[in-house]
Amino acid sequence: MNQPETRTDRYIGKRQARSEDLRLLTGRGVYTDDVSLPGMLQVAFHRSPVARGLIRSIDTSAARELPGVFAVLTAQDLERYQPNMLSFFLAPPVVPVPLLAVDRVCYVGDPVAMVIAQDRYIAEDAAGLITVEYEEEAPVVTLDDARQGPLVHPGTESNVAAATGADELDPDLEELLNSAPHLEVIEMKHQRISQSPMEPRGVVAAPQGSGEMTVYLSCQGPQLAARWFSQAFDLPQTTFRVISKDVGGSFGLKGQPWREETAVVAAALILGRPLKWIEDRLENLTSANQAREQDMKLRVAFDLEGNLIASHADYGINNGAYPHGADSNIAVMMFLWAAHKLQAFNFSAKGWFSNTVGLGAYRGPWALESLAREVLLDRAARKLKIDPIELRRKTLITRADQPTMTPMGLALEDISPAECLEELLKKVDVAAFRIEQAEARKQGRYLGLGFATYIEPTAGTAGVIVLISESCHIRIEPTGKVSAVVSTHSQGHGTQTTMAQVIAERLGVPFEDVTVYEDDSSRGGYGSGAYGSRQAVAGGGACIRAADLMADKIRAIAAHVFEARPEDVFIRGGRVHILGAREQVYSLRDIADVAYAEPERLPEGMEAGLETQYRYCPPALTLTSAAHACVVEVDVDTGFVRILRWVSSEDVGNMINPAVVEGQVAGGLAQAIGQVLFEEVSYDARGNPTAVTYKDYMLPTIFDVPVFEYLHGASAPSQTEGGFRGVGEGGCIVGPPTLVNAIADALAPFGELKLEFPLTPPRLLELIEGRPMGRRHG
Amino acid sequence: MSKHQIHLDINGRAHDASVEGRLTLCDFLRGDAGYTGVHVGCEHGVCGACTVMVDGLAVRSCLMLAVQADGCSVTTVEGLSSGDGALHPVQQTLREEHGLQCGFCTPGVVMTLAALTQGEQKPSSETLINAMSGHICRCTGYQGIRRAALRLAGETLAPVEDHG
Repeated sequence: MNQPETRTDRYIGKRQARSEDLRLLTGRGVYTDDVSLPGMLQVAFHRSPVARGLIRSIDTSAARELPGVFAVLTAQDLERYQPNMLSFFLAPPVVPVPLLAVDRVCYVGDPVAMVIAQDRYIAEDAAGLITVEYEEEAPVVTLDDARQGPLVHPGTESNVAAATGADELDPDLEELLNSAPHLEVIEMKHQRISQSPMEPRGVVAAPQGSGEMTVYLSCQGPQLAARWFSQAFDLPQTTFRVISKDVGGSFGLKGQPWREETAVVAAALILGRPLKWIEDRLENLTSANQAREQDMKLRVAFDLEGNLIASHADYGINNGAYPHGADSNIAVMMFLWAAHKLQAFNFSAKGWFSNTVGLGAYRGPWALESLAREVLLDRAARKLKIDPIELRRKTLITRADQPTMTPMGLALEDISPAECLEELLKKVDVAAFRIEQAEARKQGRYLGLGFATYIEPTAGTAGVIVLISESCHIRIEPTGKVSAVVSTHSQGHGTQTTMAQVIAERLGVPFEDVTVYEDDSSRGGYGSGAYGSRQAVAGGGACIRAADLMADKIRAIAAHVFEARPEDVFIRGGRVHILGAREQVYSLRDIADVAYAEPERLPEGMEAGLETQYRYCPPALTLTSAAHACVVEVDVDTGFVRILRWVSSEDVGNMINPAVVEGQVAGGLAQAIGQVLFEEVSYDARGNPTAVTYKDYMLPTIFDVPVFEYLHGASAPSQTEGGFRGVGEGGCIVGPPTLVNAIADALAPFGELKLEFPLTPPRLLELIEGRPMGRRHG
Repeated sequence: MSKHQIHLDINGRAHDASVEGRLTLCDFLRGDAGYTGVHVGCEHGVCGACTVMVDGLAVRSCLMLAVQADGCSVTTVEGLSSGDGALHPVQQTLREEHGLQCGFCTPGVVMTLAALTQGEQKPSSETLINAMSGHICRCTGYQGIRRAALRLAGETLAPVEDHG
């Protein structure tokens, strides 16, 4: 007799085609703008054309008289609702954040009034008919302005929005820095970035007679958004139900509702009508919170062998006028030296208010740590005449060095950037490249090779109240089909596929039989959705545990009803097999029939039905690691950079779907390329944004992004349920230094790069030609 | 605002409508005709998400007015696959190559590739990649879009290697 097949089908680790794609490829997805309701009206905002000033008067009479206009609201009209504009962590703001400007405007694009009309064309016509008189004041635009200029928010003590670290220099640390054999210092300025999801923000707010406020929202997780609205509005009689089916990308921008979405909800409460606001691209590039405008001075002391002795960082980040959460970006400091053998470290970090649109999250918000460190390490290597790879081998914490503790108090158990680097070097032949590079230089061609390594916190939960756990609720329906409600959410992540892969494998059912729902805060339990690169770890863990509970229940029922031993019951291919002299096979429908319709046949004390749920709390911190390399050619006549090769070697633990993992790496790398070479939200001296279309804000196209090569050989399972580590932000963190180091290597004969981003052709030509070139803006 | 009577064919069905002169084709297709697969990403002709076929040519429907489509035959992404639910070869190839994540730019990508590969056309891979430079995808880094374009041009790709 053949051994009975007891293994279930394998889905975890497979390049499963995505179930989302069937609707998305055929135009049948439901994004927020695809929702239309009876009686729904459209919203357009009148926005400030000045960056800083007092509102002297607002005249909305002409707008109100336009046929088709239903209402025009200003701050005064919204006074009944003064929501507490919480941060992502649900902390109250450090300065009051009005929904509409009250008596002062704080940035170009600051919403002053909202028009509600029968269609968007009329709403925009009417918004253009509103007249506002301003008393314009000199604005605070840049970080340097913020440090010296007038108060952005009168009544505050300074323009410091948030601060961590110490202003005072530590004399012992200074002594270590100043007496070291080699002190490397870099100063860098990172430009402002627009997250630029292809679908801008959007909301439909529909008050229901029952007291429910149904909010269709482009967001990163309907559960967190519903919790945010509920806590922000604090209206016990109103239930906030958030529905978010398909979302066209987010990258941090839609992690929490902000002024416009919240103003639309408040207006719907006041007017009792369904209202829709869809952000257009001009609004998205000027009025949606932005990211990354930072500067940093980093000092690092080395001995002559390249060992790290001490470091100090002085860091600033532009918070704009109304940041999603006032922030000095402590994670930059947490991760700057977390993977390196360096104990003496101190810093000062400040977030600064300015008369620009507020700070939001962007993929890997703390990414400047990797850019600063990796660029500095390469510079030090050039000066100390040490191979940059040897410098990393010397300074990185390896698997053998762990467990250990970082100077900032992070416990490390299983990071592997050094091992990822060794894996990378199996595929990137550095010696061969150096010969090619030397030959090319003889012909006037400048090739460069850059490396970078990093670690990334993915499912970090410690102390972050909104991120502690995720839930999965599985039902075998009376029909025998499997439904799962998971607190994950996809803005392109494909979690309806990956979570179904996990459940199908653990439960022993075909992938096609599992439907995952994650689009409605009224079904399932709280979870943060896509925040951090955590969904595989937190959501995947919840799915494993809930599926295992379900499999146990099915086995117990089958054993009891069909008089078998539980250990002889197996579920595979969606059918329940009972091993024995004569194998019996039942469908899940057979088990569901008993569980739902004949509960008296269940084991004594067992709850009727087939429903299980599990709320999984991942470990306090899960980390991924990676090493990347890229090869560029810089055209020294034009300053253009061409990327010839890019290889990624990462440790993301066990993979649920390698194609999804690689998609996340690739997407992050494309954004990295945009950051280093093209993208810049720029302002003139009066605070006017000067990149307000995709002709000025330049996103990478297919010509700018090379074919990426992926190496997964350094991966090791994590301690989490399933051994996953998570993926998402990494490419956007390790990508920039990899590319900058390649450009710096190519142009090393001309000297060191000035670290002002993006590295546009004029900026590179300044180095190549040794003379100032025209600037793109201002 | 002046109203204009237009008559056009959308996905094989005749449509009569009275539209304002300033109504864009994309807003008409989405709002009046209900084809919400037409996605509006930038409204200034750069991102390509709103691409549809007008009389067989790929067109950015945010840069065309509904009145300009009077008498035309328009195909949106909803009209591409046959009625039996099977995906169009462009859609099928993009799915197999994981050429999309959030799916917002996807209808435009699909329509450009479909317009360039329809009928007896045998576009080169260079033609298709060049055309893809007119579409902005913020999610995928164009990896799957590039592979799909190469396959649609008739190239055979090596299977994806799983290292380690």
